[in-house]
Amino acid sequence: MDIITSYGFILIVVAAAVGFLMAWGIGANDVANAMGTSVGSKALTIKQAIFIAMIFEFAGAYLAGGEVTSTIRKGIIDSAYFIDTPELLVFGMISALLAAGIWLAFASYLGWPVSTTHSIVGAIVGFAAVGVSADAVEWGKVGGIVGSWIITPAISGFIAYLIFQSAQKLIFDTDNPFANAKKYVPFYMAAAGFVMALVTIKKGLKHVGLDIPADQGYFMALGLAVLVGIAGKLFINRIKIDPKAQKEAQFANVEKVFAVLMVVTACCMAFAHGSNDVANAIGPLAAVVSIVESGGEIGKKAALVWWILPLGGIGIVAGLALFGHRVIKTIGKGITHLTPSRGFAAELAAATTVVIASGTGLPISTTQTLVGAVLGVGMARGIAALNLGVVRNIVVSWVITLPAGAGLSIVFFFMIKGIFAP
Amino acid sequence: MPMNSFLGVFAKSPLKPLEDHINLVYKCGQGLLPFFEAVYAEDWKEAQDTQQIISKLEKDADVIKRELRVSLPTGIFMPIQRQDVLDLLTQQDKIANKAKDISGRVLGRQLTIPQALRSSFMDYLKRCLDATDQAKKVINELDDLLETGFKGRELRLVEDMIERLDAIEDDTDTLQVSLRRNLLALEKDLNPVDVMFLYSIIEWVGELADISERVGSRLELMLAN
Repeated sequence: MDIITSYGFILIVVAAAVGFLMAWGIGANDVANAMGTSVGSKALTIKQAIFIAMIFEFAGAYLAGGEVTSTIRKGIIDSAYFIDTPELLVFGMISALLAAGIWLAFASYLGWPVSTTHSIVGAIVGFAAVGVSADAVEWGKVGGIVGSWIITPAISGFIAYLIFQSAQKLIFDTDNPFANAKKYVPFYMAAAGFVMALVTIKKGLKHVGLDIPADQGYFMALGLAVLVGIAGKLFINRIKIDPKAQKEAQFANVEKVFAVLMVVTACCMAFAHGSNDVANAIGPLAAVVSIVESGGEIGKKAALVWWILPLGGIGIVAGLALFGHRVIKTIGKGITHLTPSRGFAAELAAATTVVIASGTGLPISTTQTLVGAVLGVGMARGIAALNLGVVRNIVVSWVITLPAGAGLSIVFFFMIKGIFAP
Repeated sequence: MPMNSFLGVFAKSPLKPLEDHINLVYKCGQGLLPFFEAVYAEDWKEAQDTQQIISKLEKDADVIKRELRVSLPTGIFMPIQRQDVLDLLTQQDKIANKAKDISGRVLGRQLTIPQALRSSFMDYLKRCLDATDQAKKVINELDDLLETGFKGRELRLVEDMIERLDAIEDDTDTLQVSLRRNLLALEKDLNPVDVMFLYSIIEWVGELADISERVGSRLELMLAN
């Protein structure tokens, strides 16, 4: 109890600094995966991608990041075990942040595409199970989270498969693909807008202090969707195509329409990523702050302190602004043969899955979901060649991340405990 | 900064190299036209130059073939079977090899085509090259086939093109029969060894069309999966 009152401010500052660094790392490295599909299919330039990512990552983090933050903050650990020793929870959360941050830096250095979500969940489970007691972990909830890591890529792959097939039916396999693309693409845009708006309104805004009744929420989301569709339609009408274009060039023109659609799905992807991944950085911070501010009481009811979500959002944007350019450039170079019509299906499916998971408070991995979506399009015979060896490496890196994050966090936990409470 | 990205998942597409390869192979076959013109004129210097061009194109095609084979490891997931892609590539490559063999054999023996056969032989050669042209067009549809997920209208379009390829090959068979009959009538006035080689050249030229047809049927099988 004394530790929290006497060192409270320092603990908050340390947690905020580490949390900010973690958000910064997410912005610098992780966002590249979310935006890579758009840059890779040449629908966006790097500058445009960074610009979109900055706005929508922040919006996603601030407007829809609350639910997942709550899960990370108080869903994984049974706080009953910490009522007498709240300082242990504070130390643990700080160690979890440090562990996840260092593991990510290490993995990035080696070029492993690890997941921030996996490292932070592994780290929190690690310090609680080993540092405190195996019963301090809400194993049921952890099981649900881990289960969601297996299910969400499958769901996202399935959605991607359906979206791709629908685009084939409505647009590609018709007499006049270009005219049909102009006709139907705005509907895909509206759908993307609808999902984003609905999750924000239903689940996100209450953390910002706004509460909108359910029926009104649906109307607002619908209205926004229609607006997005109309705006998209206007942009599509401005596409200049060669009217004399032969039949062979038709698909090239169709892809131009999809490139416009990809701008919308890129926004959606950045929003989804922000909404889910900001929690990895600020969830533990939120836990620390709420304990310290209440003077050591672990109140389940405590609302999210107002400055935490924006801090995470700013951290992500700062990371993007400083390093995002370089990272996106590196990944944008090597890609071939990913056309906007495929990229859009993968992105829309992944973004939808992630945004819905954010709404229900499940911390899932954006990259993992995206890989699932890409495989879904591949199953629909939409992508020329996929390297399953790389998929296997990615899966292995995810599996390794859990024990690695846990181990590091246990080490840090005992170190910090030793420093503050000998 | 090392690659920390899931985008490594996207492997290099085999379709573009397949198209590049058949385009080179087609050019290689087309080289036979100026070659036989030089042979008709009995300008062996010119014939040698054109043969060099054919041989060079064949080598270029080999380079693409080798690169594609290397870039298709077993862990690759494609909308078409890996084995089918490799088989298709092998067939395509045989067209170029055959064109090189024909020109090499004719040049090596300085084999002249009898005056009476020249115009019908040229027609026959052109028809066989039509078949390679059609095979080239079919393979160049792969891009659009991918766009449409290998089904629907585009698939039917390609199937029609393959049917046309079969029809062209049938034509060349008819032409080959009549060309052989004409050669038979001339046989007694010609050097017997030359006659034997003429028969084999006629057969080889026909194989240009045969292999082109096989390219088409390989592709058809690939799409039926």
